[in-house]
Amino acid sequence: MSDIKSDPHRPALHRREDHAPGDEPLEDSGHWIYNANLGLGFSIVLTAAAFFLAGSHIIYGPSIPVALIVLAVAQMGVHLVFFLHITTGPDNTNNVLALAFGVLVVFLIGAGSIWIMDHLNQNMMPMDQMMQMQR
Amino acid sequence: MSDMGLPASVGAIRRVREDPHRLGHRAHGAGEDMEGTGHGTSGPATKRIIVGYGFWIFLLSDIVMFSCFFAAFAVQRGATAGGPSIGQIVDIRRVGFETAALLLSSYTCMLSFAATNRRNLLWTQVFLFVTGLLGLIFVLLELQEFIELAGKGITPQRSGMLTSFFGLVGLHGLHVTLGGVWLATMMAQVQIKGFRREIVHRLICFNLFWHALDIVWIGIFTIVYLIGSGA
Repeated sequence: MSDIKSDPHRPALHRREDHAPGDEPLEDSGHWIYNANLGLGFSIVLTAAAFFLAGSHIIYGPSIPVALIVLAVAQMGVHLVFFLHITTGPDNTNNVLALAFGVLVVFLIGAGSIWIMDHLNQNMMPMDQMMQMQR
Repeated sequence: MSDMGLPASVGAIRRVREDPHRLGHRAHGAGEDMEGTGHGTSGPATKRIIVGYGFWIFLLSDIVMFSCFFAAFAVQRGATAGGPSIGQIVDIRRVGFETAALLLSSYTCMLSFAATNRRNLLWTQVFLFVTGLLGLIFVLLELQEFIELAGKGITPQRSGMLTSFFGLVGLHGLHVTLGGVWLATMMAQVQIKGFRREIVHRLICFNLFWHALDIVWIGIFTIVYLIGSGA
């Protein structure tokens, strides 16, 4: 079944290539380093921009949180693509679907909590009135 | 003989060679199912893909847990109970150093995996060690921050905001610490057992874990520290 000639890491050049089921190819390291460099470059730029914007007055003050969140989302995307290797390739279909569901749950938890708690907060009776009623 | 399908891994080798960046442009048409992915008639997916998928599900559940802590912080942000606000306890310089350490550790972690793919033991170990060192720097900086705050009487029980702050940041720090323990274990396993298939699969999972920690940290330094320091 697995003699030395069917070693997947040394593909036979002239004969028919033969492997046991489930064997995996030895991958090249080049594109991993290339991706890592790209990812690091993008991340440094985005992080530096975020730290710079947070302490500056270059853009309109109230819009700074929005800009920071946009930068954060962009950087998460960079990490997903270049570090976690989430792609649109067919070997990644399930990962992408799971990610989409995860993002949905995270959004519901975050936005839902903020929305509901803010709503409750606004409808709550001021504390002094509540004390009056309890007397 | 010529119409006989090649084994899945041969197709995978070809795919990696022809499409090294995995952009996933597959040829369309009959009988063009991508080999090794478990689609169509191409046979079962390779174990490497299945292991990665399973761990990815775990990571997403971990991120959902973090999102609960994020939501708690967002809701409790103004609940200072007369104590210090978030803007008063942020040391932005230290956060910058922490961010740099974690980002660089993510980078070296990936370099170690590139070395793993080349089956180079020395560089795998060197980059794993550097990754662990940067992770340690991160944890120590965070510990220093917590001890300084505690010295000023700023503890989790002071206010609702501080409870959620220490909960969120501390949970992430705990993850990095446990990741460091995992990293040390992996270094020992790689050294003793070599690049056996299951060891490489564990290294893949460790890589995913470490990068996911960095993604969570992006959320923390943006939502807690940067936006907090401005307000």
